[in-house]
Amino acid sequence: MRIKPALASWLQIGPLATVLTLFFGVPVVVVIVVSFFDFDHTDIVPTFILDNYQEIFSSETTGRLYLSSLKFAVIVWAITLVIGFTLANYLVFHVRSLLIKIGLFLLCSVPFWTSTIIRMISWIPFLGRNGLFNTMLMNAGLISQPLDFLLFSDFAVIVAYVHLFTLFMMVPIFNSMARIDTRLIEAAKDAGASRWTILREIVLPLCKSGIALGSIFVVTQVMGDFFVVKVMSGGQSASVVSALQNEIAALQYPPAAASAVVLVIVVVMMVAGILRVVDIRKELAS
Amino acid sequence: MCRYRKATGLNWYRNEGVLGMTVGNAGNRVSGLSRRALLKGTAAGAGTAIGFEAVTGFPTIWAQNVKDVTLIHIGGSYACIKEIGDQAGKDLGFKVEMQVVDPATQLSRALTQPKSFDINNIDNSSIVYMVGKGVLKAIPVKDYKLWDKTVPIFTTGKFPDGRPIPTQGLSPIKTGFWTGPDAKKLSDKPTDFLTMVPSLFNADTLGIRPDLVGGRDKVTSWGDLISPKYKGKAALVDYAPVGIIDVAMALEATDQIKYVDKGNMTKAEIDKTIKLVQDLKKSGHFRAFWSNFDQSVNLMASSEVVIQSMWSPAVTAVRSRGIDCYFAPLKEGYRGWSNGIAPMAHLDGLKLDCAMEYLNWFNSGWQGGFIAKQGYYTPVPETARKFMTPEEWDYWYEGKPAAVDIKDPYGNLMEKKGAVRDGGSLWEREGHVTVWNTVMDEDRYLTRRWNDFISA
Repeated sequence: MRIKPALASWLQIGPLATVLTLFFGVPVVVVIVVSFFDFDHTDIVPTFILDNYQEIFSSETTGRLYLSSLKFAVIVWAITLVIGFTLANYLVFHVRSLLIKIGLFLLCSVPFWTSTIIRMISWIPFLGRNGLFNTMLMNAGLISQPLDFLLFSDFAVIVAYVHLFTLFMMVPIFNSMARIDTRLIEAAKDAGASRWTILREIVLPLCKSGIALGSIFVVTQVMGDFFVVKVMSGGQSASVVSALQNEIAALQYPPAAASAVVLVIVVVMMVAGILRVVDIRKELAS
Repeated sequence: MCRYRKATGLNWYRNEGVLGMTVGNAGNRVSGLSRRALLKGTAAGAGTAIGFEAVTGFPTIWAQNVKDVTLIHIGGSYACIKEIGDQAGKDLGFKVEMQVVDPATQLSRALTQPKSFDINNIDNSSIVYMVGKGVLKAIPVKDYKLWDKTVPIFTTGKFPDGRPIPTQGLSPIKTGFWTGPDAKKLSDKPTDFLTMVPSLFNADTLGIRPDLVGGRDKVTSWGDLISPKYKGKAALVDYAPVGIIDVAMALEATDQIKYVDKGNMTKAEIDKTIKLVQDLKKSGHFRAFWSNFDQSVNLMASSEVVIQSMWSPAVTAVRSRGIDCYFAPLKEGYRGWSNGIAPMAHLDGLKLDCAMEYLNWFNSGWQGGFIAKQGYYTPVPETARKFMTPEEWDYWYEGKPAAVDIKDPYGNLMEKKGAVRDGGSLWEREGHVTVWNTVMDEDRYLTRRWNDFISA
C-alpha cells in the first residue's frame, strides 16, 4: 500500500504536534485566557478585564523587577560566557589526549551529580558571616571584620548563578568548537597568524552558534528563576518570577497569569534578539 | 456547568466530568445511608459506656467495616505528623494517611480538588478562604464530645481568668463557627456548628540570641526588632500575613503608627507600614527574609541574625545545636495562632462516621501529649496530661523548672534538668496574646505591597 505524500507528512509530524498542542499549546492558551479574568479571595471570575495588565504596567515594582532580573541576566551571561568559552577552548585545543579530554569534560559535570539545591545551598556556610571564607580571611589577617556582602546579597546570587549555569554555556560552545577543522587553524598558523588572531578570526566566528545556544540557556534560566534569588539574597532581592510566585501562593492566579504572559513575551523577544545576531539554523546546517 | 462554577471555585475550568462526580456521589450516598443507620444504632448502645477515658475504648464493633477505610489528612509538617496518623490507625481500626503539603498547595487543593483528601488541617485564619466554597463540612457540637473540656478561648472567647480574648486579627471565635449546618457563613459568636476541631495553639514572639545581644533581658519589646542596635542583624518572615503583623507590633511599640486594628489594616495603614519598613530595608536593617523553618534555624544558628520572627520549634532546634536561643516574652504581648482539623464536605456514610471518630480521637490525649513535647498546646490539656509524665506536664504547661531532662517526642534531649520554658506557663504565655494570625480584608492589596517591599 502506498501512502500519499501529504498523508505521510501528517503522520510524521502528528505525534510531536499532538504532544506540543496538548502539553504546550493548550496550557499557554489557558494562561493567556486566565490573564484577562477577574478574581476575588479565592475564585477566578471569568469576565474580560484588562486590570491585571494595567496593574503590571502601572506599578513601578514591575520595572524594578525586570531591571533587577535583566541585570542578573546580563552579568551572569557575561561571566559564564568568558568562563565557558575559556574552558571549552582549553579542552578542545590545548588538551591533546582524547582520554584526558573526556576525563576533564566529565570533571566539569561532576557538580551536576548532586541536585541544584544542594549546589546552591552549599555556598551559604561558605560565604556566611562566620563562614569558611570569612574565617579564612580573618585568620590570614586580611580583614578584621567579617565581610557582610558575601552572603545574602546580589554578589551571592551571581556566584550561585555562575556556578549553576556555566556548564550550560560551556557545553554548546565545546560542541561547536570541537567541530572546527583543525587544519584551518594549522593553515592560519602557517600563514603567520598569532594565537589571538586565530581566536578572533577563526574560533570565535565558528563558535557563534554554540555561544548563541549557550546564551539562550543561561538568559532564559536566569529570567525564569526565583529560587536562587530568594535563597542567596536571603529574600532581599526579588525576581520577576518570585513576585509571580507570591501571587500564586496567595491564589491570585489571574495577575500571576498576566505576569507570566508578559515575561514570556519579554523572554521570547530576548531569544529572538539573540537569534537575529546569530542565525543558528544556518550555522548548524553548514 | 454554570451551576457548579460558583460552588467549586477555581474548579470550573478543570477537566473533570461534572456529571460523573454527581453520579458517583449519589451512589455513595445511597449505600452510605444504610451503613450509617446501622452505625447509629450500635453507637447509641455503646456510646455512653465507652466515654473517652481510655483510648482503647473507641467503638470496635464496626471494626469489620472500617478496616478498609482510609482517611487522608493533609497539613503542614509541624502538625501533620506520621506518628499521629499511625497511632490513630492503631486505636481506631481504620487507616489515616498523613500528607504534608505547603500552605499554598494545601489551599489550592482544598479549593480546586476538595475531594482529593478528607481532613483539612489548617491555620484557623485560612478558614476565610473556604467561606462560601462548600468545601468544608460543618461539625455539629453535639458530635464532638470534648467541647466542654476545651479551653475557653475556643468555646466562649474568654481566657480562663474571665478576660475576653483580644479581637485584633482572626481570633478562634471569629473563625470557629458556622451560622448553620450548611457551612456557608461564619458566625461572629459561638453556634452549634464548628468550622473545625481546634487541634493545637501557641503564642509566637521574637527569637533572639542572648549571647549576641548581651543577655536574655536585653530584648523586652517588639520595638527591638527594628532597633538600630540590631542593624544588619535582624530578619523577618517573608510571608505577608504574618510578617506584616510582626512589623506592625514593632512599629506600634515604637510609636510610629497607631493602628485601629493591626489584624485588619486599611489600605492607608498598609501603605504607611510598608513605607516605613521599606526605608528600614533600604538602610540595610534586615539581614534576610526567611521563607521556611530551616532557613530561620540556620540564620540564627550561624549568627547571621540575632533577632527575628521565629516559631517555637525553630528556637528549640537552634538550642538543640548547643547554641543559646530565646523565645523572648515581650511587653506588648504575643501573636497568637491556632490550628484545627476540618472534615471535607464530600465525606458521607461510613467515611464520615470514621472522620467524626477521628476528630474525637484527635484531642483525646495521645496527640496532645505528642505535640506538647514540641512546644505546642492542645485545646484539651487535661486529656493530654495523661499522656505526659508529671515532670513533662510541669515543664511544658506549668512553666516550672524541669525536674528531669526534657526529651522531644522522638526521645532526643531537648532541655537539661532545671531549664524553664521561655515565657513560663500556658496562661502566662497564651494569656498575653494581643493579636491573632490573620487574613485581612485587604489581603490582595497587602500581597501586592508586600511584593513591593521585598523587591525594593
